[in-house]
Amino acid sequence: MKALGKTADVAQASVCSSGDVQTEVCATFDVEKIREDFPILKESVHGKPLIYLDNAATSQKPRAVIEATTHYYSADNSNIHRGVHALSERATKEYEEVRVKAQRFINAAHPHEIIFVRGTTEAINLVMNSYGRANVGAGDEVLITTMEHHSNIVPWQILSEEKRARLRVAPINDEGELIWEEFEKSLNERTKIVAVAHVANSLGTINPVREIIEAAHRRGVPVLIDGAQAAPHLKIDVQQLGCDFYTLSGHKLFGPTGIGVLYGKTALLETMPPYEGGGDMIASVTFEKTTYNVLPHKFEAGTPNIAGTIALGAALDYVNEIGLDRIASYEHELLAYGSEALSRIPGLRLIGTAKEKASVLSFVIEGIHPHDIGTILDREGIAIRTGHHCAMPVMDRFGVPATSRASLAFYNTKEEIDALVAGIYKAKEVFHS
Amino acid sequence: MTDLHDLYQELILDHGRRPRNFGRLQEANRSAEGYNPLCGDKVKVYVKLDDDVVKDVRFEGSGCAISTASASIMTETLKGKTRAEAEDLFETFHDLVTGKAPKLDAPDLGKLEVFSGVSEFPIRVKCATLSWHTLRAALKGNGDVVSTE
Repeated sequence: MKALGKTADVAQASVCSSGDVQTEVCATFDVEKIREDFPILKESVHGKPLIYLDNAATSQKPRAVIEATTHYYSADNSNIHRGVHALSERATKEYEEVRVKAQRFINAAHPHEIIFVRGTTEAINLVMNSYGRANVGAGDEVLITTMEHHSNIVPWQILSEEKRARLRVAPINDEGELIWEEFEKSLNERTKIVAVAHVANSLGTINPVREIIEAAHRRGVPVLIDGAQAAPHLKIDVQQLGCDFYTLSGHKLFGPTGIGVLYGKTALLETMPPYEGGGDMIASVTFEKTTYNVLPHKFEAGTPNIAGTIALGAALDYVNEIGLDRIASYEHELLAYGSEALSRIPGLRLIGTAKEKASVLSFVIEGIHPHDIGTILDREGIAIRTGHHCAMPVMDRFGVPATSRASLAFYNTKEEIDALVAGIYKAKEVFHS
Repeated sequence: MTDLHDLYQELILDHGRRPRNFGRLQEANRSAEGYNPLCGDKVKVYVKLDDDVVKDVRFEGSGCAISTASASIMTETLKGKTRAEAEDLFETFHDLVTGKAPKLDAPDLGKLEVFSGVSEFPIRVKCATLSWHTLRAALKGNGDVVSTE
């Protein structure tokens, strides 16, 4: 593991220079110590140590998250916001504390701007159903980009078809970057909402979201940022960004599946009609009229994913403890190392070479289909994703049916990237390529 | 490595790289499209069916080595077979790639035996059978796109 010390030093030098209070954590980016926190990283696959490079699909969970789930069901399990008994009080308190943790995590102005949802997919569908249906009409436009995940395409397509609106798509260049002039040109007086990925899942491109939001706001257009792939890698400050909606998925952020966050500005959320009807989202119900509950409860009908929310809180604590600045810095080094190492492989083409990138190494190799690479790497214990990554328009844009994608997290190492490279050479050997 | 070489046998690599009977069949009177939405593999199978006999069969599309080689060897195997024989072959082939014992009256699979290694890779069964499902649709002639899902 000799390369690690060097990586850690670089990570440290750039972020720990000015009186950081977390001096102990900052002493070094001790990836081996971090790996100890993730029980699954000790697993073997086909007799080889697991090398998990599919973090953009879902991340692994630290012990703290697993234990928070167990603890909740062992000690506190009950329904929230209704019982007067001790367990319900405890569960409610813990659940609502996570709202505050999430608020701080993305620096929202108020806890009630945090709506718990199943994940980014539900968050976008909520905005589409509630804000979209109330504000987009015939002849209006919704603006997205070519590099969106299907979850930030299909809801807007459904809305556009229903309302006879137009779904506009701002194109990307050969590096996988948004073409700024085209994006600006696509914004006009008919645009009713802009929905853009912060980090593109299939390419790793970091979009200039601040500029996007400013350009849209100059025309009075609200902006939704899909932060599913950004939140595990970059520090998010929704007030600084100025976005109207921001979404994240807990399971990509080292938390459990089935829990995520929709952030929305108070003023917008107040005016939006409910998304789902049921318990908890009401103030009073008669057969004549129902009065809706205040924010955030108006958008949280039914018994929510209480255990998932509490475990998400543990994940946010865990990430905060390491610090996203240090995570970003370490991963940047890792990504640069990986890009360089993969680029040296003959016949390999990286898909997505934006100047601003996070976590993702998407590639194709001449003469070997991504699925065959995926199978061969799997036999080496290496987990990557192969296919279209729920971004078929991106595959079309680059003229490939599929790619192989290695995606990094802060528990990955340079040695694991070396193993990936060796695995790719093994695939080339099998295929005589 | 042994099981990898069981999967990627030379014959499969060869047919994956240089698929036989590849491209449109002009005189086809049956055809169907197959699609695996999970991975994006696509195949179109063309059949010239004459008196219930497969006179000619070709395919086009894009996919991994397993799906391309499977389609290629399938087309080689099918020429001259009746619809019933094609159906029997598919069943026997399906048993082979899913690791089931062949039935007593199972037909000889010939070159298709090379896919026996697929049974060790359950996730790749769909790759090996996509073209066969598509063929079945073409022979039934209902014109729907076949999906593995």
